[in-house]
Amino acid sequence: MKSTRNSSMAGVWFILPAMIFVLVFFIIPLIAVVVMSTTNFPLLGDVTYIGFQNYTDIFSDTEFHQTIIHTLVYTFLVTPPLFIVGLGTALLIRRTNKLSSFFRTFFFMPLVIGFGSAAFLWYWLLDPGTGYIPQLFREIGFGRMEKPILGYMPGALIAVILMVVWKFSSFQMILLMAGMQGIDPEVLESSEIDGAVKWKQLRYVTFPLIKRTLVMVFILSIAGSLLAFDQFFIMTGGGPEGQTQTMVFYIWRQAFRSFNLGYAAALSVVISIFLLLVSLIQLRYIDEKE
Amino acid sequence: MKKNELVLKKRKVGSRNSSIPFRGWLVICVSLMTLFLSPILASLLHSLKTAKDSAMSPPTFLPPTFSLENYKSLVNSSTGVISNGIYLYIWNSVVLAVITVIGTLILSTLAGYGFARFNFKGKELFFAAILLMIMVPFQALLTPIYFLFSQTGLQNSLLGLGLIYITYQLPFSIFLMRNTFMVIPKALGEAALVDGCTQFKIFKTIMLPLARPGVISVALFAFFASWNEFIAALTMISVQEKYPLPVILTLLTDRQMGATNFGFLQAGVMVTMIPCIVLFLFLQKYYVSGLISGGVKS
Repeated sequence: MKSTRNSSMAGVWFILPAMIFVLVFFIIPLIAVVVMSTTNFPLLGDVTYIGFQNYTDIFSDTEFHQTIIHTLVYTFLVTPPLFIVGLGTALLIRRTNKLSSFFRTFFFMPLVIGFGSAAFLWYWLLDPGTGYIPQLFREIGFGRMEKPILGYMPGALIAVILMVVWKFSSFQMILLMAGMQGIDPEVLESSEIDGAVKWKQLRYVTFPLIKRTLVMVFILSIAGSLLAFDQFFIMTGGGPEGQTQTMVFYIWRQAFRSFNLGYAAALSVVISIFLLLVSLIQLRYIDEKE
Repeated sequence: MKKNELVLKKRKVGSRNSSIPFRGWLVICVSLMTLFLSPILASLLHSLKTAKDSAMSPPTFLPPTFSLENYKSLVNSSTGVISNGIYLYIWNSVVLAVITVIGTLILSTLAGYGFARFNFKGKELFFAAILLMIMVPFQALLTPIYFLFSQTGLQNSLLGLGLIYITYQLPFSIFLMRNTFMVIPKALGEAALVDGCTQFKIFKTIMLPLARPGVISVALFAFFASWNEFIAALTMISVQEKYPLPVILTLLTDRQMGATNFGFLQAGVMVTMIPCIVLFLFLQKYYVSGLISGGVKS
C-alpha cells in the first residue's frame, strides 16, 4: 500500500511541470477568450461588459460570412487532391526497399520546409515577370501571361491549392503508408489470387482495414485547411478584394490590425466550437471502430 | 493451381510493385520526384543569380552567371530593406529553437513517463486537458495570449514566444513519449527501486537513455515547429530586431526602387529552409517514426 501511494505521488511530480504550462498558456487563455468575447475590449480605456453583443454582431457581419464561404470552398477543393496525391505516392513507395526509401526522401522534402518559406517560394514562382510558372505557361503557348495569377480569381485560389498539395501531400502519404504496412500481406495476396482488380482491392480490402488511419488523415487535413492562414496571408494577402480571406485571417485582422479584441475573441470562440465539433466526429468514428 | 503459382511468381519477378511493371514504376517515381524537387531547385538557382539577372523578364532557368550577390546583400544591412544583417535573424531563430527544443524535451519526457508508468489522481483530468488542446485551435487563443503577454512584458520577447511554442508542442510530444516509454519493460526499473533508487533517478539513468529514439523525434519536431511557425511570431513580435526568419521574409518582399528583388527574397527562403532540409536528411528515420508514433497511435 505504501509503495503504491508513493508511486502515485511520483506520477503527479512527473506531470506537474507540463501541467503548469498547459494551465498558464492554454487553460487561462481559453477562459480569457470567453470572458473577453462578452466585452468590448479596447487596448486602452475601460473594459465594459456588453453581453452577447459581439455574437449578435457576427450574424450581420457579411465580410465574416464571406470568409466562412471561402474557407469552406478552399477546404472542399484542397482535400481531394491532397488525399489522391498522398494515397498515390503511398501506394508507389510502400514497399520497404532501398529505391522506395530513396524516392520517399525526395517526396518528403517540401513537407519539412515550413509553410512560410514555401509560400514565399511560390509567391516568386508565380510572379508574372520573373517567375518560372508564368514562363512555363508562355512556353507551352498560353499567351503572354501578363496578369498576375495571384491577383485574380480563381487563379489565386488554384495557385494556393497547388502549393499546398505540393507542400503537404507527403504528410498524408506517410500516414497512409504506415497504415498499409500494418496490413497482413497475406490478406492482400489472397485477394489478389481471388482475382480482385487493383482498385477494387483498394476499395474493399485495403480501405476497410485502415479505416482508422483514413479517418485521421481526413480530419487532420480538414481541420488544417479550416485554419489556413500563412499561405493566404503571404501569397494573396487575402486578395483580390478580400476574396481569399480565410476565417483565421479575418480574426487576426480584427484583433491585430483593427484592435477589436472583444469582437475577435467572439469570432475565436465561434471558430473553436466549430473545430471542436469536427474533432468530436473523429473521436466518435474511432470509438466505434474499437 | 501450379500454373497459377507460376504466373504469380513471374509477375513478382517482373515487377516490384505488383500492379505495374518496374520500368513504369521508375518513370512515375522519377517524374514525381522532379515535380516535388523542382520548386526548391528553381528557388536555389534564382537566389544564385545577380540582382540584375534575377529581375530579368522573362526569366532564364539557369543563372547566366552564378553569383552570391543576393546572399551578400542579406548579410550586409546597408542594403536597406532590413535594418540588420541576416545573421541577427538567424540568431533569433536559433535562440527560439533552443528554448523550444529544450523546454519541450524536459516537459514531455517527464509527463510522458508519468503517463506511461503511474496511476494517480487527476490523471484523467490532465489527459482531458491535453485532448482539448488538440481540438481547440491555438490560433483562436492568440487574442487572449497577446493581451496576457502585453500585461506581463512577454510581448516582443523570444522567451515568451518560446513558451507558447513549448506549450503547443506538448500534446504531440507527450503522446509520443508515452508511447515510447510504454514499450520499455517495467521490470528494468523495479530492480533499481528495490536498491533504493528514487523514481526520478530511475527515469533519468535507466529509462531516458532507452527512450532515445522518441527523444530525438520530439526534439526534431519541436525544432521544425519553432523554426517555421509564422502566425504567433508575426503577432507577438513587433520590433524588427527580434524577428525570427519566417517573419523577416515578409520584409524582403518590400520593393526596392519600384520592384521586389526576387533573387534576394529567394536567398532568404534558402537560408530559412536549408537547415530544415539538412536536419531532415540526417534524421529522416526519426522524423518518419515520430510522425507515425505521435500521429497514428495517439
